[in-house]
Amino acid sequence: MTKQHVTTSINGDEIEFLCETEQTLLDILRDELQFIGTKEGCGSGDCGACSVIVDGRLVCACLMLGVEAQGKKIETIEGIATKEELHPLQQKFIDHAALQCGFCTPGFLVASKALLEKNPNPTETEVRYWLAGNLCRCTGYDKIVRAVLDAAQEMRGASA
Amino acid sequence: MRYEAPDSLDAATELLSSEPGVSRILAGGTDLLVQMHAGMTEPDLIVDIKKIPDLRAIVAEDSGFRIGAAVTGAEMGEHRELKSAWPGVVEAVELIGSTQIQGRATPGGNLCNASPAADSVPAMVAAGATVTVVGTEGTREIPVQEICTGPGQTSLKKGEIVVSFKLPARPSRSGDAYLRMTPRTEMDIAVVGVGVNLTMDQEGNCIDARVAIGAVAPTVLLVPEAAAALIGTKVDESALAELASAASAACRPIDDKRGTKKYRIKVAGVLAKRAAKIAVERAGQSL
Amino acid sequence: MSITEQESAEMKVVGTRISRPDGVDKVTGRARYGADLMLPGMLQGATLRSPHAHAKLISIDTSRAEALPGVKAVVTRDDFKDQPSEIVAAGELPVNYRDVVRNMMAREKVLYDGHPVAAVAATSMSVAKKALKLIQVEYEVLPHVINVVDAMKPGAPILDENLRTQGDESAPDTPTNISKRVQTGFGDVDAGFAAADIIVEREYDTEPVHQGYIEPQACVASYTEDGHAEIWVSTQGHFLIRSFTARLCGLDVSKLKVTPSEIGGGFGGKNNVYGEPIALALSRKAHRPVKMVMSRNEVFRATGPTSGANMKVKVGCTRDGKITAADAVLNYQAGAFPGSPVMQASMTAFACYALENVRVVGFDVVSNRPKVAAYRAPGAQVVAFGVESVMDEMAKKLNMDPVEFRLKNAAKEGVKASFGPTLGPVGLVECLEEIKSHPNYSVPLGPNQGRGVASGFWFNIGGETCVNMNLSEDGTVALMVGTPDIGGSRASMSMMAAEALGIDPKSVTVSVGDTNALGFNFLTAGSRTTFASGKATVEAAQKMILELRSRAAKIWDISVDAVVWEEGEARPASSNAGDFEPLTLAELAKKAPKTGGPIAGHAETNVQGAGPSYASQVADVEVDPETGQVKILRFTVAQDAGKAIHPSYVEGQYQGATAQGIGWALNEAYIYDENGRLENPNFLDYRVPVASDLPMIDSIIVEVPNPNHPYGVRGIGETSIIPVTAAIANAIESATGKRLLKLPMSPPEVLEAIEGNA
Repeated sequence: MTKQHVTTSINGDEIEFLCETEQTLLDILRDELQFIGTKEGCGSGDCGACSVIVDGRLVCACLMLGVEAQGKKIETIEGIATKEELHPLQQKFIDHAALQCGFCTPGFLVASKALLEKNPNPTETEVRYWLAGNLCRCTGYDKIVRAVLDAAQEMRGASA
Repeated sequence: MRYEAPDSLDAATELLSSEPGVSRILAGGTDLLVQMHAGMTEPDLIVDIKKIPDLRAIVAEDSGFRIGAAVTGAEMGEHRELKSAWPGVVEAVELIGSTQIQGRATPGGNLCNASPAADSVPAMVAAGATVTVVGTEGTREIPVQEICTGPGQTSLKKGEIVVSFKLPARPSRSGDAYLRMTPRTEMDIAVVGVGVNLTMDQEGNCIDARVAIGAVAPTVLLVPEAAAALIGTKVDESALAELASAASAACRPIDDKRGTKKYRIKVAGVLAKRAAKIAVERAGQSL
Repeated sequence: MSITEQESAEMKVVGTRISRPDGVDKVTGRARYGADLMLPGMLQGATLRSPHAHAKLISIDTSRAEALPGVKAVVTRDDFKDQPSEIVAAGELPVNYRDVVRNMMAREKVLYDGHPVAAVAATSMSVAKKALKLIQVEYEVLPHVINVVDAMKPGAPILDENLRTQGDESAPDTPTNISKRVQTGFGDVDAGFAAADIIVEREYDTEPVHQGYIEPQACVASYTEDGHAEIWVSTQGHFLIRSFTARLCGLDVSKLKVTPSEIGGGFGGKNNVYGEPIALALSRKAHRPVKMVMSRNEVFRATGPTSGANMKVKVGCTRDGKITAADAVLNYQAGAFPGSPVMQASMTAFACYALENVRVVGFDVVSNRPKVAAYRAPGAQVVAFGVESVMDEMAKKLNMDPVEFRLKNAAKEGVKASFGPTLGPVGLVECLEEIKSHPNYSVPLGPNQGRGVASGFWFNIGGETCVNMNLSEDGTVALMVGTPDIGGSRASMSMMAAEALGIDPKSVTVSVGDTNALGFNFLTAGSRTTFASGKATVEAAQKMILELRSRAAKIWDISVDAVVWEEGEARPASSNAGDFEPLTLAELAKKAPKTGGPIAGHAETNVQGAGPSYASQVADVEVDPETGQVKILRFTVAQDAGKAIHPSYVEGQYQGATAQGIGWALNEAYIYDENGRLENPNFLDYRVPVASDLPMIDSIIVEVPNPNHPYGVRGIGETSIIPVTAAIANAIESATGKRLLKLPMSPPEVLEAIEGNA
């Protein structure tokens, strides 16, 4: 089995890896590169637990081949906080108790970050529809939606 | 399993036509990777077509639009002129999966996956869209509805690639709309989908219409009887009732895990009415 | 988000909303779940599963798989010793070891689509998958039965020729799919119905639904040559994983160390063994660690959903709204092996009502589906659909407000509960009053909109619990509990420890100990963790305080009785005791080496006195009359928490339980094809609610303290799922005039009801 050599950027770091064609970006992140914060809940793009941002687009890492990462810029949950502090979304998820088991949380945070970069002032409905591809079975979404709206407000205040 | 990402159509068609085993085209991958994950397909060759420039562009052309087959749903949704001219087509594409899926899924993939429930196809058929197909033997331009021949089946020959969709020029006072029924508000497969595209005259009469329905037959159906129910009317309640009857009458659905025959037939009519109303409203705004 | 405040006399930490201690790990991706452990030399395990619903397993040939390069071990039924019939408690449901070994790996027969037949361990997942395809299995396909009513009929395909109906003397001594008959109740039901002015009797059907945790089952097992083994696993109970795996693999219990990972949801579904014994058997053969992670497809096909049921509910009432009799027959499907929650269903069915004549008969029925597992208030949510729908219909017939009708008949302190004992202080009346006065109950409704209410009851449990509390040398506290933290319980444990010790919860670090670190702990299940581990934590703190006082007494050279513990420090009890500067935890910790060594507290106990929790809910819906689609407009929950340790996480339990109930009500179901194969083993077609399907869920925390917990805690994790399906059915009836008798109330079913006759 011949593996392909791929060079990519993950959270700002240049990373090289070897990849079988059938390995997904999720397989590579978790099993080869130990970015275990990106979770596998379904492997078919239905739960959003593996959400990552690739060249500015929110995608499911399970629905992209590892070889497609060549030359791309990838952001994962591990790259959201700075060295100094948590991202406002991360802090608000803790403040609002927007996680219970926490398994879906990395996917929700990555998806929410992509939302606020595109739309800094979303309505509740916009948040709910944007996050419809992220399943949470613990919270009923209530506190997640509140946390995202609160983070958006804080981030708008900070950038005003 | 081999992976190739050629940067020209010639190279891509050559790769596909010369592969002796199973070859699959990779655009957004939102169907292909799911099938691979489930063990339903094990291709010998995957040809990633996203590096071919023609497939990745949206171009205004002859007063219409040419949309590369590997443009993503998110990119179509962000294209203002396209969205304003063909809101029904764009909303149909945007209904394919979640935000995450939208970042990858393409109209070409949605068409070539050949699901009877594909959201973008009824809207494209109603719009009168054509596709450009390129293979080793040359190029052909065919209506969208001639691509799918049955569930998972297409008329594409070995080595052929759907390159782009052509949406025609738009007369004034035209509007389109797509509605689907799903049990959930998002993240679902259409139980029924209806696309309506129509043009009104200054007196408020419908002078042209196309109606297409999905998930009610082995392929998406263009329903001339449903269009005839609208043409020459003011799209009033009686015309809408005729439309609903015609749409329901055209259905040849099955009972499956996503819905019953009876339900699909009934709801096809309901959605046709509702989509027509939206299309008329949009036509009124596109003076 | 209103909170009915009890006077929380001098409590400083309990009732506040602190940041959870594991929060940062979980928002940064650091937290390690079942599939997140990587070990040197680790192999990937994969399982071959039956494609048939029912077949004899004639032969299994693994030779070609074993010969594939990269394959290090293959196991089948031959690698596990058969187990004799022995029924033990597993979580909230009893199981038989004879069945557990067969469910883990098929023996004589495969009994459902997805039943494990063989497993391999290989150097990569792709090799493992190739190996599975090389295993040749010869089946003799048998007729199958899916539906519970069909399975009970004479002539139905029989799953187990040895099965006879227990608890029914009239049952013939012939093979059957009915494994058990249970009966609960008291009084004279016939006389009760004779005294009724109005009787409502209805038959209901529900489909099995899955817990739907987002993290699939995952473990890593490692066996060493000296006969010791370790398992890292996502589970609700690592002590149970230890005892079951040791039993099935023939190990001494103490030679197996099980470490619980972070757990990505369970809801009762991670109370059982599935891949753990298989992974250990593979590791034993391969001499390398083996990781087993289920795919979502495997989770749906082969891990327990909860029961679907067929039930008849009959209630009689006087014209003035007093219930005279209540009767029900419940047919619960158990899946491939006996053990549905029909007993819990029978006991809870009418527990919201003060009754004189009540009877519930239940049947436990096997069919060719995966063995059911517990799911949030197991059994009670299914029967509540029928009972609370009938109660709504009764209120309508009486022309009574449905809350008033429930208040008039409400179970309360001193009432003999329908399941037997006399109730202590409980909060049903308080919950109903909260719903009645909530704005949600009086918002004007528009066209096609409707409102429904319903109530629910759950017992909650205590059980075996062991905790250790150690004072570190700087005066901070390390608390170790044995109940996996599934929804934030480390926060509530740190709060209860801090409250008892009079310190800042940030000074308490809580961890979940492995099976070698603590004595046996029952699962995180039955809404027991905050109650039972919390009670044990307070007991451990009290023991540590006693030790701290004795150390201070030693330093001051006074009697221990002359030392009190206040606000986190030892103080002389009075001026008579002497004039000493108080000693803080930090000071006592520093002096510990010279006052007797390490300071600790611990508790080993079988916790009793769980307080039952009642809930009432109101749902507002809008029904699309042309498509049958139901939109949830508003939803309000009132549930008795006893005392909310961390109100945010209590609200979270109410909201999450409600969301699961909404999915159950509207769309979730197992769909089988004519061959008995599951047609929707994925999150696309098994439709759990997504964010855009739901409104905010208003949560009212009612606090009627449980006298058996130092802070009044009741379990709160389960009750709020119970009333939801009926609340929505009642709301749909209010919107359309049509009563749905079947779950899920999906758009085609609702449209059929709207357009149907009547």
